[in-house]
Order: sequence, then structure tokens, then C-alpha cells
Amino acid sequence: MSVMTLVQAINNALDIKLAEDKNVIVFGEDVGLEGGVFRVTEGLQKKYGVERVFDSPLAESGIVGTGLGMAIAGLRPVVELQFDGFTYPAFDQIISHVSRMHNRTKGKYKVPMVIRFPYGGGINALEHHSESPEALYAHIPGIKVVIPSTPHDAKGLMISAIESDDPIIFMEPKRIYRAIKQEVADEKFSIPIGKAKVLIEGTDVTVVAYGAMIRECQKALVMTKEAGISVELIDLRTIYPIDKETLTTSIKKTGRIVIVAEAPSSFSVGAEIMAIANEEAFLHLEAPPKRVMGFDTIVPLAKGEHFFMQTPEKIFYEIERTVKF
Amino acid sequence: MIFDDFDPKENKIFRIIDNEGIIINSELMPAIDDDTTLKAYKAMLFARTADDMAVSYQRQGRMYTYPPNSGQEAISVAAGLIMRDEDWLVPAFREMGAWLAKGVSLKEVFLYYMGNEEGSNFKKANHALPFSVPIGTQLLHAAGIGYAINYLKKDEVVFAFIGDGGTSEGDFAEALNFAAVWKAPVIFTVQNNQYAISVPVRNQTKSINIAIKSYAYGIPGIKVDGNDFFAMFAAYKQAHEYCKAGNGPVLIEALTYRKGAHTTSDDPTKYRSKEEEQEWEKADPLLKMKYFIDKKGIWKENEKQLLEKYKDEVEQQFSEAENFLPYKLDDVFDNMYVDKPDDLKKQKADYEKFLKWKETTK
Repeated sequence: MSVMTLVQAINNALDIKLAEDKNVIVFGEDVGLEGGVFRVTEGLQKKYGVERVFDSPLAESGIVGTGLGMAIAGLRPVVELQFDGFTYPAFDQIISHVSRMHNRTKGKYKVPMVIRFPYGGGINALEHHSESPEALYAHIPGIKVVIPSTPHDAKGLMISAIESDDPIIFMEPKRIYRAIKQEVADEKFSIPIGKAKVLIEGTDVTVVAYGAMIRECQKALVMTKEAGISVELIDLRTIYPIDKETLTTSIKKTGRIVIVAEAPSSFSVGAEIMAIANEEAFLHLEAPPKRVMGFDTIVPLAKGEHFFMQTPEKIFYEIERTVKF
Repeated sequence: MIFDDFDPKENKIFRIIDNEGIIINSELMPAIDDDTTLKAYKAMLFARTADDMAVSYQRQGRMYTYPPNSGQEAISVAAGLIMRDEDWLVPAFREMGAWLAKGVSLKEVFLYYMGNEEGSNFKKANHALPFSVPIGTQLLHAAGIGYAINYLKKDEVVFAFIGDGGTSEGDFAEALNFAAVWKAPVIFTVQNNQYAISVPVRNQTKSINIAIKSYAYGIPGIKVDGNDFFAMFAAYKQAHEYCKAGNGPVLIEALTYRKGAHTTSDDPTKYRSKEEEQEWEKADPLLKMKYFIDKKGIWKENEKQLLEKYKDEVEQQFSEAENFLPYKLDDVFDNMYVDKPDDLKKQKADYEKFLKWKETTK
């Protein structure tokens, strides 16, 4: 076991897979010599050479498009896009080809590629550096979307992502890149994609979150405990394929569901979970499902970001209202 | 045309003065009077002062991430002197001198980097677009503005900027192609400051220079010493005339060096050497210009006093930005749409209810 941050845990997963499989290739802007702007790939170029860990020219569509080419030709590329808000030039490649190649060729060409990028707000960043586009990607048939919330999960999920024969969008909550330290096993282990995790069992209300919002929910749970509310906290861990079974079981048990996320709430992952609650557990609901999510606005720049971000107080406020409904 | 004399295929570079401020190409020295020369130097000095102070404000925690301009002042200031009020500025994010010339206030620049959208609401600057963070995307806007200028039969020219890294983006190719096909009056400047964060330009492109990319689009291109104010001024003057005459766009590669970090979050010691930085120090645009001015004997002011005056002015602007109106909930919603959807009004009202609850439970 070693104490790791999320950054170190992902680096460790990449290290293990690079050592184990010579077809794993890591590239993107500044990922080589510099080790990435957040240092997620630090030291890997030195260890595995410039043919396997390298800086690409500055072009996101180029990174993902060439990654697809490598993947169908037998490699396992793990590409980095530098920030959430810089992924969109690659959107065309993702929606037009990465997601479709396997189905288009009736399985002849697989796309075992991981597209990883830091996402989310709360770090007082410039415009385009605080976004949560998971719903945009989860909405694309043919793509799987994974979001870890701890160093342990980040490592296990990254190992699974690299070993997956399907293309994976791996979104890393940059706000907690270094904020959480945790004992993580040094050896290789994997966490299955598509499985949520019940972090805390409870009986009054199900709270579902992912990424950096898990930590905010845990803070809110101090308040719910004081208020005598029993919360069942679920870490989604995979956005798509969404773990309907875990969600449904919990909602049926508690009868109430609150979804916490940073993204704008309309047409979101939160909306999808509400649909699941309605479709799978309608007769068990004792209160309307509630989204504690961003406004349907652009993420404000740093001075206004606090209005947009979900805080423990806000999460508690909505949980309490849902329970008292 | 100067562009014809410096064929990028031969990897020629257009220079007027050397690092000691000595004129090495007197034939092409632009007609520029002493007052304008001094004005240009002062504008560069002011931009440098503001930039250095911006970095230190960030270090003091009074501003968020900031991308320094230091070392690239000659390009922006030369463009600023040629740009007319009706001309358009389509910046990336390292064109301080050009913003100031356009009438963008330092207060606005600081407000933006303090994390307030009001910093992009330029009160006095006409035809100046805000900072563009997604690399290269702004060049297409420049081409579109150029089309509108032609269609509306206006006498305007677009000054569009991008860095060396941005030339790898598809948008760069699309913008130059569109502008060329449409004969749009756009001066595309690539500020080749040698690095895209940590990636050196030699790993960005295998072209012998960036100006040569103009060949692919059938437009004139030239590589200019971007640290040489006079060369940049001469190139912009010709490019401006060329565009105004309806000939279409041009590409200027301005060879320069980013003296500072990519942004205040970056540490350049990770990817470049002290020796390299010292070598470029000799080609500092302010240093070259000052040598020239001193040799000509036209400098009459006390530089120390002038610097103090500039610092006071920057401090004044910063203070105004720091004391700007507090950010309100309305600021999050008010400009999302011209015709605001009702649901947004409800989201705001719901949040106000939460704020009220928060107040009462304190």
C-alpha cells in the first residue's frame, strides 16, 4: 500500500499498464517531457521512451482521430485532452467515428482507446477550464463514460478502462486531483466499469453523486446526521453504462432520490437518474426526485463560480426538503 | 512588396535593426518620425510594466491565472499603431499592447483575470473581440468578419492573432483557406514564441518556418523578427495596404520568445534551459528599441520617473478593478440569452430561496 493522490493513482495505473502491455501508448499535449499540465503522466516518458509516451501537436481532433487509427491497427492508446472545455474540437471524431467504428464494421474493428481529461469546477480557473460535459458524452451511443471520486477508484477504473475493448471517456475531477490522499494497493487491481458503489447505507433518502461532488456530499452528511436523516450515499463511478440495479434497489428502499452533480441540470445525468426512478421505482417514491445541480448557464468565471457550484449547505437544504416533502 | 523580398521558402527573415539597435536594412526602414518611435517605445514599456505587475498581483493572490506577454510587446504595439479605430482586433490571449491600443483598459484586463466577465465588456474599445481561450478557434471569426467587411463594402481590416501551437489546429487551416477563398481582408499574425506550453515549435511542425504555410492557401506570407518593432511596423503597414486594396489575407509569422511562463500556473524550467533564455534576453524587443533610441539621441525623459508614473497608473487601474462592484447572482443569468427562458428565472428564484434559508439558519 502507498498513500496516493488521484493524480498519482492514475499515473500508477498507466505505469502498470505500460509495463505490462507494449501496445499501450500514451500521448497528448504536454504529456511527454512535462508529464501533463497536472503531472498525471509525470515520469512515464522517461521510463517508457518517446515512442510510447509523447507530446502531440496541439490539436484535439488530431489526438483523438489518430488515436482511433492506432486503436484499430492494434494499439491501446490512452490519450489526454488537456481540459474539459478543450475536448470539443475532438467531439466530431468521438461522435462520428470512435463511437461507431465497431458497430459500423459489425465488430471487425474494435476501438480499445481511453480518452482522459480533467473536468469540473471549483478551482478558480479561466473560462473553458471548469466544465462538466459528462452528459454530452454519455449521450453518444457507443461510448462509455467513467468518473472516479477517490485515488483507489481512479486506479482500479483506469486499469479496467485500458483493458476495455470499448472506447472509454475517463473524466478526472481536477478539483480533488490532490485534495484527497488515500492508501492504495501497489499491485494491479481493477474495478468493474458499469458498477456503482453504495458508500454509506441509509433508509430515508438515496443521494447519488460522482467525481468531486462525493466529497461535498460527505460533508453534507455531517449535517443530515445532526438532523436525524438517514442517507444512503451512492457513488455512481460509471456514468454509462449506468448501474440501474444499484440505483433502483436503493430508491425502492428509501423512497427518495437526490442527485448531486456540477453540470447544468436540464438534459443531464441527473435527468437520466430521475427517469430511472420513475420507470423502475415509481410506486415506491414518497417525494419528487430532486436534482442538486448547476444552473442552465455557462459556468461563471471565478468571482461568480460559488453561485454555480454545489455546496454542502445546498446539498443538505435539498435533502432536508426532499425528506420533509 | 516586402513580402516578395523575403520568401519563406528560402527561410528568409525580415529585420530592420539588430540586437544592438543598429539599422541593418536601411532601404526598408519605414518612414517613421521620432515622436512615433518614442510613442511606440513607451507603449512597449507600459505594456511590459503592466504585464510584470499582473504577474506579481497573481503571485499575491489578488488575481487568478494570467498568461504573461513579456517579450512579445513589439508585435502588439506595432499592430496597435497601424490599427485604425474601425479595424478589428481578434486576439488570442497574449496581445496586451494591441488591446491597449484599441482602447481596452487595464482595469478590464485585470477584471477578466480576477474572474469577472465584465472584463470582456470593453467599454471604449471598438471592434475588439474578447480573449479567446480555446486555441485557434478565433481565426475563423476573423475570416467571417472579413467576409462581412467585403459584403458590407466597409473600409476595415481584421488583425487576427494566434500562437505557434495554434497552427496545428484544424481551425487554423480552415480560417486561412476561407479567408483566401473569400479574399477577406485579414492580417493573420502567428506569434511564434517558440513554445506551446512545454512543446517546442520544432515538435509542432516540420515546415521550415510557419510563414511558408501561406503557400498552401495561395496568400502572401512573411517571417518577421517579432522582437524588431520597425520590421513589424513595416510589415503591418504593407499588409494593411494590401488588405485594404481588396487583395485578400496575408500571413505574418512574428518570430519572438515568451520570456515568462505559459501562464502563472506553468513552470518553464521543466522544459527549457537557462542558456536558451539568456540567449533570447539579448534580443529583448525593448532592449533593441532602446539601443536604437539612445543611438539616435532622441530620448529626453527620465526613464525612472516615467516608470514610476506607469506603475502608479497600473496600480490605479488595478485598484479600480479590485474595487469593482461585487459579483451578483443576476450576473450569472442576465446575459445568457437576449430573450431569457422562464425556467432560468425560476432557477434564479429557487436559488434566492436557498440563500434566504441559509441566512435564517445561521
